[in-house]
Amino acid sequence: MSLSYSRRLMTDRVMKGLTFLAAIVALVPLFLILTDLFLKGIGSVNGAFFTELPRPVGETGGGMANAIAGTFYLIGLACLVGLPVGICGGIYLSEFGKGKLGATVRFAADLLNGTPSIVIGIFVYAVVVLPMKSFSALAGGIALGILMIPTVLRTTETMMQLVPQSLREGALALGVPYWRTLLSVVLRTARGGILTGILLSIARVAGETAPLLFTALGNQFFSLYWDQPIAALPLQIFNFAISPFEEWRAQAWAGALVLIGLILTLNVSSRIFMRAKR
Amino acid sequence: MNHDRVFEQVTRIFALSVIGLIALIGWMLFKESLPALERFGWHFAISSAWNPVEGVFGALPFIYGTLVSSLIALILAVPLSLGIAVFLSELAPAPLQQIIAFLIELLAAIPSVIYGLWGIFYLVPWLRTTVEPFWIDRFGGIPIFEGPPYGVGMFAAGLILAVMIVPIIASISRDVLRAVPDTQREAALALGATRWETTCVSVLKYGRAGLIGAVFLGLGRALGETMAVTMLIGNRPEITASIFSPAHTMASVLANEFAEATDALYLSSLFCIGFVLFVVTFLINAGARWLVYKTMSAPSGGRE
Repeated sequence: MSLSYSRRLMTDRVMKGLTFLAAIVALVPLFLILTDLFLKGIGSVNGAFFTELPRPVGETGGGMANAIAGTFYLIGLACLVGLPVGICGGIYLSEFGKGKLGATVRFAADLLNGTPSIVIGIFVYAVVVLPMKSFSALAGGIALGILMIPTVLRTTETMMQLVPQSLREGALALGVPYWRTLLSVVLRTARGGILTGILLSIARVAGETAPLLFTALGNQFFSLYWDQPIAALPLQIFNFAISPFEEWRAQAWAGALVLIGLILTLNVSSRIFMRAKR
Repeated sequence: MNHDRVFEQVTRIFALSVIGLIALIGWMLFKESLPALERFGWHFAISSAWNPVEGVFGALPFIYGTLVSSLIALILAVPLSLGIAVFLSELAPAPLQQIIAFLIELLAAIPSVIYGLWGIFYLVPWLRTTVEPFWIDRFGGIPIFEGPPYGVGMFAAGLILAVMIVPIIASISRDVLRAVPDTQREAALALGATRWETTCVSVLKYGRAGLIGAVFLGLGRALGETMAVTMLIGNRPEITASIFSPAHTMASVLANEFAEATDALYLSSLFCIGFVLFVVTFLINAGARWLVYKTMSAPSGGRE
């Protein structure tokens, strides 16, 4: 080696600096997006935003009460679809999933996680919207529910694995059947962790737009019928953002600020909790 | 019957339903795209005619737009994400590492539609008035930088895609690097290597396959990303060399035209695009997961 020691130390330092710089560069958009969202959105977030319907073109003010309610309604439906599959499947993976089948299910969950959400959207269009001959809240909820499955499944598995073996043995030694042990001892102990996984998956699907385009469709009015099109916050943001009207664009920014507030609250709190758990 | 057996069978059914779901998605999309496949065959993938009025459909412009915007995203995101992964796993002091990892994960939590909204009102005007005129002035002679500065286009889409896939590539690469056994590092350090030399000589080399897997997982995400791209790419089904010109991607044509496709052949053609997107992301993800898994579960003394 002809390189002197000080030269090598210098390279070391430079590379430390460059990789640190890479992290900073990647975080610049995060900082810009959050500040721009706040500055542009805060002016239109007021009481009316949460209680009123969108106004027609040309009128300022109004709100997104229908879209906010719709988003919560869709999340509720998504939980009905995604949680049973995610939690029960996760129990299977943790307790019985050592073999080939378990590995295949994990692999399938990873692939489902990587499937573009718009593909899930057109799939649900084919299996729900076409037979029902109508866009509906149900279809939107199913699409979001499918997107929740991989996260819930894998967190349930991980959290149940974290429960010490001695707890299972203790319950079994008292004569409790295995299935009761799993439900009332293991699942109970792991429920905090599983709940954070659920919140994390809700944070993910709450902002999903693409799978709702041809399922929930969106709605200018207030609707909580399962078989009718329903409004959703991300859909409303999209429609208003690409509109040419200044008033609607202002509403899109306000909607985005509310949405990001909801998502970041769910995301950050569940991650802090998850970290404490491990 | 034994309750434990029943319990296991019930949970097994739910677990199996995940496999069933993937199979059903593939089958339904294939079934719905059959009319278009029978009508156009291979020409669907190599023809650039997209004319709903005359009932002629070819997906080439969308495939092209998808590939180019994803390629731009990879070129920008890969060095950045690998740098971040190396920093987080090898070089950063512990407190800094936690903060940065936390913030990078926040980037992944921002919904696509919000990236799109921000892109329309901040990124696109900036590209149109500052970045693109600057490039076109200097390098406009090269075909890929030719043409007027639209703002919207493949470059804008690729840029926002890069921001969106950095957290994915970075966090999986970091996990891969962390799984590299310490014996590998200790060997290099014992020979007097600096931290950076250790990273080059042993860590990156050992984790190579997993890092490639991480990049492909990022690619899989970029190919199917819909909302932000739809809002920024300009939605024009044309094949042009210039990265500054508007285009269309497979995901964005679905987002734009699916709801208005009334004609059966038109709808089937769109399903076919969805089917292709599903198969491509399926294969990329399967390969990438296999690479990541292989690296992370290698024996700790050294591979093979």
